[in-house]
Formats: sequence, structure tokens, C-alpha cells
Amino acid sequence: MIEQIQSRVEENLQDLDGIVALRLTNQGAAPYLYQSGDDVAQLVMEPRYPVSETVSKLQKRYRDANFGIVARGCDTRALVEMSKRHQIDPNRLYLICVACSSEQADACHCSEPYPILDQWPRSELIGEPVAGAAPHPLVAEYENITREDRWSFWKLQFTKCIKCYGCRDICPVCFCDACALEDPLWVEPGLLVPDFPMYHLIKAMHMTTRCIACRQCETACPAGIPLTVLYDLIRADVADLIGYLPGADVDSKPPLSLTLADAPIKSDLVY
Amino acid sequence: MDYQNILTICPFCGCGCALNLEVIDGEIVGVLPANDHPVGRGSLCIKGWNAHAFVNHQDRLTSPLIRENGGFREASWDEALELVAEKFEGIKSQSGPDAIGVLTSAKCTNEENYLLQKLARAVFGTNNVDHCARL
Repeated sequence: MIEQIQSRVEENLQDLDGIVALRLTNQGAAPYLYQSGDDVAQLVMEPRYPVSETVSKLQKRYRDANFGIVARGCDTRALVEMSKRHQIDPNRLYLICVACSSEQADACHCSEPYPILDQWPRSELIGEPVAGAAPHPLVAEYENITREDRWSFWKLQFTKCIKCYGCRDICPVCFCDACALEDPLWVEPGLLVPDFPMYHLIKAMHMTTRCIACRQCETACPAGIPLTVLYDLIRADVADLIGYLPGADVDSKPPLSLTLADAPIKSDLVY
Repeated sequence: MDYQNILTICPFCGCGCALNLEVIDGEIVGVLPANDHPVGRGSLCIKGWNAHAFVNHQDRLTSPLIRENGGFREASWDEALELVAEKFEGIKSQSGPDAIGVLTSAKCTNEENYLLQKLARAVFGTNNVDHCARL
């Protein structure tokens, strides 16, 4: 499949100013802006990086450029949320979408390891979509865990935090100029371990209606905190209560920017 | 128009985590972890995540400063190094070489640390060499 992706990138480079994808050199793989004449044989799909963030940076710098991106399902979901919040311009972006394999989906506990193309008029799909993987085992059994055990579980996990801000820095949908996690009003500077549970719950609250389950935060966490278990549970609640699924629909507005009249609570299950 | 990631080693502590410097048109704009590097394995601490910040920071010193009359004035490297050498010579002749000590750094490479101990032993003539990582 990688040869097919490489040749589609080469062909599309004739019409685009550049395409963001991973490049493998003798120094390892990282995001790169391919341009006409570049050796596309270096293009790889592993390991994962938030390439949607790279596109955002490049679009902001080159206001007239027409870029492309080689995107997995999670990247396209990130682009949906970024587009709503004016971090990317979909009219200047061509998507070469790639469906992930079952093994890749399993590694990420990904329920949607494929892009939804009808969100993107300028796009194409490479590969056959496979079914979603099972959720993280903890998400599946969370209902059966008592509140006390949940509390002590998260307390233990968050005590491991070294406050690197990596989960925020790697996150494709974390882009605010002013971050609450850097505001001394909310987070005491220089305090390690960060306040339990405020520090992580501020982050989790800000992920509500944003987290597109790409798992980049979990990959970047030096302490191995299962952040996406928390975010998956929040995603499920938001879907249940408000009917909003981040990354699914470019035209549906984020509920936190609407009133309750525009985005009513749907479920009786109000805590 | 150019965007690439340059793999390098974090300039802070001695762990040696690799990181990618995001470079647009020759300007360093950010950091990404090196996901397939054996040391950090895609993780960084807060220093690594901000390792690019000092490179073009407005507070960064861009020329040597000499303290004079309660303030600093800019100087050339030649003038600054000559002054440093002169002061070291003065200390050494007045109080002996063991009045001088050298603190090397985890931020330096092995080769730079080697050169610093060489400077201490062969030039200053003292075995007073220590290191910030020996805490």
C-alpha cells in the first residue's frame, strides 16, 4: 500500500504547492513538506505524528499556498475540529486519506480507523476501511468500578505526572494562545506533582467536545498515564447527553459555543 | 518554502533524549518528540518540549558583556577572552592553581567535558574538576 501512497503523492505534487507526510531519513521518521522533485520513496506512515498541526502551521505562514496532507482517520477528525475553529482552511487543502489496518486500529483502540471522505470534497481514499477495534479494557469495564476505586485509580495515575505539558503540546486540537494550564490562577507554577485532580481535570474539561481520540497524548506521556481512558469516557458522555461527536461533522457547531436552546441536553442521565 | 524536522539531542540534562526541531524556511518554530528514538521513545520533559525557545529569544545574549562601573558593556570575543585569561593568570600567580576550580556540565558533550578537564589540569594546573550531574 505504501507504494500506492507514494505514487499518489508524486502525482498530486504536480498540482499542489506541497504535501505534508512523514519522511524517513537515516535520522528516523518525522513530518516533512514534500515538494515537486522530492524523493517520495522516503515517505512512510509510521510512527504516528500530528501532521494536521503541521498543516495548520504551514497554512498560517503561507496564506495563498495550496497544500496536501497524507492523513489517517484520526488526522481527518482533527482537521474537522481545527477547521471549525479556524486553525486550517479546508478550501486550500487536499487530503490523501489512508485507511488503517486492523493491527494499527488495535494498537490505538481506535473505533474509527478510517477517514470519512464526504466531509472533504477535495480528497481521495487509499486502502480498504476495516472495522473499529475494541475500546480500552478499562473503558469497557468502567461501569463496574466503584466511585472510590475510580478516585484512587486516577489519583495514582495523576501522581505520576511530571508536568511536561506534552499531552497539550502534541494535541492537534489544543491550540489556544492563552492556556489555562499556564495561568497561575489555576495552576501553581513550579509545583510538582501538579494539584490533584484540578490540573488534569482542567485539561479534560477543555478536551470535552474537542478530543478526536487520536491517542497522541498517551503516546507522548513519559509517565504512561492512560489519558484517553478519561477522554473516551467524556466523549461517550458528550455523545449521550448532547449528541455531539468531535471530528464527525464539519458543519455541526461545538456545543460549548452554543446555548442550551441550540444544543439541548438529550439524555435523562444527568449527574 | 521549506518545512522539515531536524533530529538532535536535547541540550539540557544528561539523559540524551532525542527531539526533532521543526524548521520552516530556516527558522526553528517548534519541537516534536522523536517517536522512534530509543532514549526518549517519543516522550520529552518540559525542558525538551521548550528546547527551541531560547534559540531566537529576545533576551538571549548575542555578544560578550564586560562588567564595568556597575553596568555591562558589549565587547568583542577577543577582548573578553583576553580579560578572562588575564584574570585567571592573576589568580593563579597570586593564590596558586588550586584557587581555581572548573565545573563542567551535563549540557556539554563528552568531548567538551574532556576539553574542560584538560584545560583545568594542563593549563590551570589543578585537579579541581567537578560536574553538575554529580549531585
